[in-house]
Amino acid sequence: MMHRIGVFVCWCGSNIAATVDVKRVAEELGKQPGVVFATDYQYMCSQSGQELIQSAIKEHALTGVVICSCSPQMHETTFRRTVSKAGLNPYMLEIANIREQCSWIHKDKETGTEKAIVLGRAAIAKVQLNAPLKAGETPVTKRALVIGGGIAGIQTALDIAEAGYPVDIVESQPTIGGKMAQLDKTFPTLDCAACILTPRMVDANQQENITIYAYSEVEAVTGFVGNFHAKIRRKARYVDETKCTGCGLCTEKCPQKNVPNEFNLGMDHRRAVYIPFAQAVPKIATIDANYCKMLQEGKCGVCSKICAAGAIDYKQQDTFVEQDYGAIVVATGFRPISMEKFDEYAYSQSPDVVTSLEFERLMNAAGPTSGTLLRPSDGTHPKTLVFVQCVGSRCSDDGRGKPYCSKICCMYTAKHAMLCREKYPDTDVYVFYIDVRAPGKNFDEFYRRAAEEYGVHYIKGQVGKIVPEDGKLKVQASDLLANEQLHIDADMVILAAAIEPNPTARSLATMLTTPMDTNDFFTEAHPKLRPVESATAGIFLSGTCQGPKDIPETVSQASACAAKVMGLLHKDRLVGNPCIAQPDELMCNGCSSCEKVCPYGAITYADKEFRTFEGMKVRRVAQVNPAVCQGCGACTVACPSGAMDLKGFSNRQIMAEVDAICK
Amino acid sequence: MKQENLIDAVRDSSGVNPRKCMKCGKCTATCPAFEAMEYHPHQFVDMVERGKIEQLMQSKGIWNCLSCFACVERCPRNVKPAQLIEAVRLAVIRQQGMNHLKPEQIPELLNPDLPQQAITSAFRKYRK
Amino acid sequence: MQVNGEFKPKIVAFCCNWCSYAGADLAGNNRLNYPAEVKIIRIPCSCRLNPMFILRAFQRGADGVILCGCHPGDCHYTTGNYYARRRMTLLFSMLDYLGIERERTRVEWVSAAEGAKFAATMNDFVQTVTKLGENRRLEDLRCKK
Repeated sequence: MMHRIGVFVCWCGSNIAATVDVKRVAEELGKQPGVVFATDYQYMCSQSGQELIQSAIKEHALTGVVICSCSPQMHETTFRRTVSKAGLNPYMLEIANIREQCSWIHKDKETGTEKAIVLGRAAIAKVQLNAPLKAGETPVTKRALVIGGGIAGIQTALDIAEAGYPVDIVESQPTIGGKMAQLDKTFPTLDCAACILTPRMVDANQQENITIYAYSEVEAVTGFVGNFHAKIRRKARYVDETKCTGCGLCTEKCPQKNVPNEFNLGMDHRRAVYIPFAQAVPKIATIDANYCKMLQEGKCGVCSKICAAGAIDYKQQDTFVEQDYGAIVVATGFRPISMEKFDEYAYSQSPDVVTSLEFERLMNAAGPTSGTLLRPSDGTHPKTLVFVQCVGSRCSDDGRGKPYCSKICCMYTAKHAMLCREKYPDTDVYVFYIDVRAPGKNFDEFYRRAAEEYGVHYIKGQVGKIVPEDGKLKVQASDLLANEQLHIDADMVILAAAIEPNPTARSLATMLTTPMDTNDFFTEAHPKLRPVESATAGIFLSGTCQGPKDIPETVSQASACAAKVMGLLHKDRLVGNPCIAQPDELMCNGCSSCEKVCPYGAITYADKEFRTFEGMKVRRVAQVNPAVCQGCGACTVACPSGAMDLKGFSNRQIMAEVDAICK
Repeated sequence: MKQENLIDAVRDSSGVNPRKCMKCGKCTATCPAFEAMEYHPHQFVDMVERGKIEQLMQSKGIWNCLSCFACVERCPRNVKPAQLIEAVRLAVIRQQGMNHLKPEQIPELLNPDLPQQAITSAFRKYRK
Repeated sequence: MQVNGEFKPKIVAFCCNWCSYAGADLAGNNRLNYPAEVKIIRIPCSCRLNPMFILRAFQRGADGVILCGCHPGDCHYTTGNYYARRRMTLLFSMLDYLGIERERTRVEWVSAAEGAKFAATMNDFVQTVTKLGENRRLEDLRCKK
């Protein structure tokens, strides 16, 4: 069927009319096959211009419209609305860009007019092949999943829950709280981390819209924006959560005493049945199956005997929860990198060389030394402390560290150095830095205070090597400003280890089909304008899983993320982009080429029955999920049989444009 | 040799891009021959970057570098100061029109456990 | 095409919607001149460009084809321009085999902020193609008027 096309040439005042003979363009385009009406007008986008288009559609029974005007980036939406008000499908419209790409760049009227005619011809050729498109609608499940229960996950969950939507937090550890629970004080205000975090943890536990699945992992995620389906593995604690009161008696009586305590980074020991720390949420004991004698050898059973609530259950199995969600928030956080590749710092040779997170525990009142700073090797009071910055950060292609700046180390080192000098004025504290990076509210003032008021020795230079000798740590370093090599006999060395994304992030990204960068940080949809959304619709990013951040930044991102989730969950239905890929099932041979190139995981396969010469046959054919497809068209080119096409930018449409231009 | 050619020659023969240096000073911190060199590894990289090759070529210190490669091993930016030093030594030798070691002498002197560059630079150094 | 005895090439430019098309608009906004021989076709992403479109253009008498997309790493669809880059590399070797001059096809990364680059690229490309003269190798004579 030949369309009845109307062509509308805009003058745009003199913007177009000065270098393009609009009358001639309208006249020439009016002669094109299929064009039944052509006119020009001063301002097509004005109220009267739009009315002109609408009345022409009705009067001439137009089925397609071509507007020769400014860039579609400018007024495509306007004109789509215009034609749809006149009863035409909004996608039966094409715009020929004769302003930005013609009248504005050509000074000669003849040239401009000729080019405008060609551009108009291409648009007419394309609209001939346009088909009415309708955007698909999908319902939204009004429930959010937050993966990770650190401060980022807690904040996001609280904000969403307070807006009235149910939220589930999945945390792999027995308690929520994450890395912040391990910290002593927080910069730059020096308030105690536990004092500000634990009330939040309690809030999350008491908020009726939040369900916490601690000691659990996301096993599988299917679906798409508004309609995710997740399977959550609840790992066996061997303790009945409904019965355990968190009295902690079992954790005192368990005879298995020598289990490295991961909460204190292995610097002291816990029992085989344990509660990570006093303010854990949920406060429920967990039996570590790797160390429990009853589970390993079938002998013991002390905890079961002494538990008054009868909560111990050695036969407990992993269970699964399946749930539908409208949005998923990734808040998987970070960990410090391993120091094993940095042998020059003698981390593996001396217990007195510690990472900053370990130092945090050593300074913490609830830590292995109850907050008294003692050397891990002999329990004596250290006199000389050396802090080394950028250990593993800012390492380009040396294969040992990370190319990025970990962002938080300068500030926490200033904090540690300051706290050290404050608590123990007899200590000598050296900080070796490359640059001190303190951009943030009250950050530079904080670092200067460490140097000026607390007398911390800041030295520009790096530590080259550390050798443990006679109970001391021989530190060899450079002082670049003095152009000297320094030799310091230190009692303790604290390494500001780079941070890296949680190691489970990569497999999670595969499960969610969300893009990551080469460092395994999740990539945001746009670095400036969409910093908390993933490129995959319905997946949001909160906290350090997206890049290194301090606590205030993490919390602001977490709240921003919650706002985005609420915006999504508030909608009853999602309207998609109709310009999406569509396979021709008769041509598709199910080869999976398209699935492999799809950045969104929008393509799946289904077995369908087809009538063939040899009777009915079942074939595997591609299916595009209209809610997930973003319409990039990568699959259309990958398809070897030409079965995949993109609506609105079909092969035939683009070829028609090419033909019209080359005519 | 002209100044620019010298800079290029040093960069080419060392294969080092001194611009990658972020001036952390770990090379200097780690250098065992620190006392014996008037220009320390981090200065060395900086001077190459700024084109002060002739000044370096006149320095006695370049012959005191042990070629132990500790700076190369520990540099977080993969800058390789020792290779720059070696390249400057080479520039000195080439300028003198001398080559102290005949190619046929090399195989018998080779110890497979040592880095090749350390051997050649050591030969140059001690036969000067 | 000969106009008054002067050769005017036909150039088809495929521009991705998010970066290069906006870059072309910016060139217009800044009134930066480039030859009228360049006609732009909007595609959602550089990865939408089927190499067939380029062959079709040559067959229909185009003298040069240029593909503009977002800079690597900046693709609106994250990886589209990487696919485009690989496909174009393959197409280039095929065109080479067919005896089409390498300079007749080009891939350029132009961001939405690079109006000046867009105009400069087009000026340069038109100049290059003009020097090469008419494309006869793949042209379908039946398409001639």
